[in-house]
Amino acid sequence: MSGPETEGKEGGTPPEMTSGTTPGDAQELTRRDFLKRAAGASAIALTGVGLAAALLDKSGPPASDAGTSAKGLGDYSLAELRGKPGRMAIVRSDPKIAQPDRRAMLERALTALGGLGAFIKPGDRVLLKVNAAFATSSALGATTHPDLVAAVAELCLKAGAASVALTDNPIHSPESCFALTGIAEAAAKSGARVILPNENLFAPVSVPPSGNIGGRLIRDWPALAGAFKGVTKLIALSPVKDHHRAGASMTLKNFYGFLGGRRNVFHQDINGIIAELALLVRPTLCVLDGVTVMLTNGPTGGSLSDLKAMHVLAVTTDPVAADAFGMELLGRAVTEAPYIKLAETAGAGNADYKSLSPHFLDLGA
Amino acid sequence: MRFVLNIVTARRISQVFFVLLTLWLCAVTTLGASFWRLSGWPVNFILQLSPLTALGTLLATQTWYAPLLWAVPVVILTAFLGRVFCGFVCPLGALNQAFGWLARRVTTNFPGARGAALRARLADNRHSPWQAAKYYLLVFLLAAACFGSLQTGLFDPLPLLFRSLNMTIAPVIDAGFQALFLKPRHYASAWLLFTVFATVIGLNMLRPRFFCRYLCPLGALFGFLNRFTPWRMGKIDDSAHGECGNCTLCDTYCEGACRPSGVLVASECLMCMNCLDACPQARMTFAGRASAGGEEHLPEPSRRGFLFAAAAGALSAPLWTIGGLADTGKNPLLIRPPGALDEARFLSRCLRCGQCMRVCPTNVIQPALTEAGLEGLWTPVLNFRLGSSGCQVQCVACGNVCPTAAIRPLTLDEKLGQGKFAAKGPVRLGTAFVDRTRCLPWAMERPCLVCQELCPVSPKSIHTRTTFEPIRFGQAEVVGAEGRRLSLSGLPKPTVNLGSGDYSLRPSGLLAMNSPEAGLRRINAFAWLESGQTFTLDAEPDPKQGWRLAPGSVVEVLVRLQKPYVDAARCIGCGVCEHECPIAGLRGIRVSFENESRSGPGRMLV
Repeated sequence: MSGPETEGKEGGTPPEMTSGTTPGDAQELTRRDFLKRAAGASAIALTGVGLAAALLDKSGPPASDAGTSAKGLGDYSLAELRGKPGRMAIVRSDPKIAQPDRRAMLERALTALGGLGAFIKPGDRVLLKVNAAFATSSALGATTHPDLVAAVAELCLKAGAASVALTDNPIHSPESCFALTGIAEAAAKSGARVILPNENLFAPVSVPPSGNIGGRLIRDWPALAGAFKGVTKLIALSPVKDHHRAGASMTLKNFYGFLGGRRNVFHQDINGIIAELALLVRPTLCVLDGVTVMLTNGPTGGSLSDLKAMHVLAVTTDPVAADAFGMELLGRAVTEAPYIKLAETAGAGNADYKSLSPHFLDLGA
Repeated sequence: MRFVLNIVTARRISQVFFVLLTLWLCAVTTLGASFWRLSGWPVNFILQLSPLTALGTLLATQTWYAPLLWAVPVVILTAFLGRVFCGFVCPLGALNQAFGWLARRVTTNFPGARGAALRARLADNRHSPWQAAKYYLLVFLLAAACFGSLQTGLFDPLPLLFRSLNMTIAPVIDAGFQALFLKPRHYASAWLLFTVFATVIGLNMLRPRFFCRYLCPLGALFGFLNRFTPWRMGKIDDSAHGECGNCTLCDTYCEGACRPSGVLVASECLMCMNCLDACPQARMTFAGRASAGGEEHLPEPSRRGFLFAAAAGALSAPLWTIGGLADTGKNPLLIRPPGALDEARFLSRCLRCGQCMRVCPTNVIQPALTEAGLEGLWTPVLNFRLGSSGCQVQCVACGNVCPTAAIRPLTLDEKLGQGKFAAKGPVRLGTAFVDRTRCLPWAMERPCLVCQELCPVSPKSIHTRTTFEPIRFGQAEVVGAEGRRLSLSGLPKPTVNLGSGDYSLRPSGLLAMNSPEAGLRRINAFAWLESGQTFTLDAEPDPKQGWRLAPGSVVEVLVRLQKPYVDAARCIGCGVCEHECPIAGLRGIRVSFENESRSGPGRMLV
């Protein structure tokens, strides 16, 4: 095993002292070497002692390493409207038109509310929360319609927004969802950026209690906080859908898409979690798309026979009012989706949408 | 001849002492109050001496856990005096040395035998560049630790020895006379644990202290720490001693193969002191100067080798993450002991020393073979079938012997969720699930309910719903009736004891949707003959409840079943139900890790 070099190291003859060194010099060399080594050994020993002292952990590891959580995802509602009744406009298109123009409906509703400029100011960085839960065609009505996405994004940019981005943490594979729903294409055309739910965009958040709601379910829970970086306004774009467990999936249920982790554990308390979602984040504006409504087999749908043309679109600052109106579109009582009342109790909005004195606008008239 | 304590004799006494101490500490790691039980003995003392454990956990957790401070004096000792630990303290080193000596003992007086043996020994103890291997292994392990995967315990001689003693030697020896355990212990994959240990010992036949020279990462760490020892072994060549005669007796007996006769490889010197003893001219010294034969440090390790080992170690931890076994792909049966940290932090601390498995009074803590993946080899996992019960509610032994707090030292209050831990609730290991296709009452119309009976939680997490169900072949015709006695015919010989109190009679076809017990008469006594069957009921059959007693009327036997349900919000996953379930193979109620406290947000229940 030993090579020629190691062979050379065998044997006992000592190397000759360099000629000219006296025994006294040799002793001095030895002494110097000894002191050097003593210093080196002390350095090693001190490093050990120093590390132990600096990093000493007397109490042992904590039970959980959950860090400090952010409180919710932010309040993007208009400051001047806080504590006051929200604003709302409901547009019905001409029922004789087979394919209602969502952009025209949206513009009509916004005009009644003072134009999008009343909500989006120049320089705003806008985040759109779409429902892209499933990788299905927009024709099946399970996801936010791309026409609506494009219209909102373009109007925001026109109003002077510095940037428009959209996001969701969908059920199906994210890339497929954004592509197959047509949302990615609509975003590309209108100048909005798609934020895919990268794992590193999630951070733990907690919802502080408000009355009986909050502080219980969303606790140190991973949420899509990274998508909100620099965001100043939030607009929710939600379809109106049947949902067997929750009663209906509309605006507030759409916020489920901000959650990460094994969020399905919350279905054990579906109304509790949706009410907490209403506190997790406060949108600037909510667009509820009732042009086609999914009446059965929700929230996935999958068949045109699950849908019904209702030709209605609502724009409001109040997500609870939006959902209360959505229940009317579904032909259901507000109490059939108990989270609406819970969210109202928690102070997230008004379950009696009519008390907002909504503008009823009929494009067919 | 003067009588002085020869240094080699002193070394041997020290080695024997530490081997005996190790055996003693292993023996007393048994629950109990007498002095030869776990009654304040520092059972982790030997394990805590390892600077490799301290450094590995330091890199993986960025902390120096206080009980591991014992490594600090070892570091200081090594820095100044060299690998004294290897020569005088390490119990596995001592065993290796003893077996290496046994393997080379000359037992014959045949002429020339002794000379041949000495020549063979000289060849065995020649320095080898392969001794660099352990340094690569060390670098690999430390690089992996930097990324949160602590694997040092697999190779560190101290956890290796404790693991082997705890789970192979002790249970095998004790199975005979049962001084330590009430019944023979079981340890999954004990065969593999012993194979590794036997290989470590057996390799001494190839080279003395093979493990120490080529593999031991702790030795390698000492090989770095002794870089600047002011005092060290070396030979002198001066006029007083004359020239070295090159007899190579020092090399012949060198346990570390550090080449004392030539250029001494200082990092390899195990401080066995044999050269001191072997030199016929007392030329070998332990002194503050370099050996006259020259001196070098480290057995020619290559920079390339170090880089490769570091890269491999740094990659191994992220690669293990890719497997997802600590995360979404976690094995449902990976149930860790109470107080175990979440999987990622657990794997940054566990040494696989087996102390928790050794101390567990019910033997449910087992070394994982595949449950935790390769990364978690021999980490503790609960197996409620192998153990002698479930995890005992009132026991916190495992966390309190864990040397690195991979299992936190719980108090009973914290484990049970009482006192100041009331708001947090008890520590949960998982959740029990009833398998309705295997549970006796659910699947086989047999009363049982052992699980509910032994559920230690109050209120019990296992509760029941009672049903009365017609048994198979349970119909018969009335022959005659007299008070509470009923004579029937046509009932096949039953396979269960119908008089046990669990069975009742009822008129056949009686639909008792509103009250399942309507019309039921419990069978108090029962006699079966082919010709006819006699029943004694607890009360007279009541025609108002649908009883027709005319001969030929059909009645049926029903069994009262209490079907178990698990209230997951109360279940702590202790596994007593699974252990006690009479379905011996795949149990009718089984615990898996769902809802365990350690996994944090996303547990099964909200």
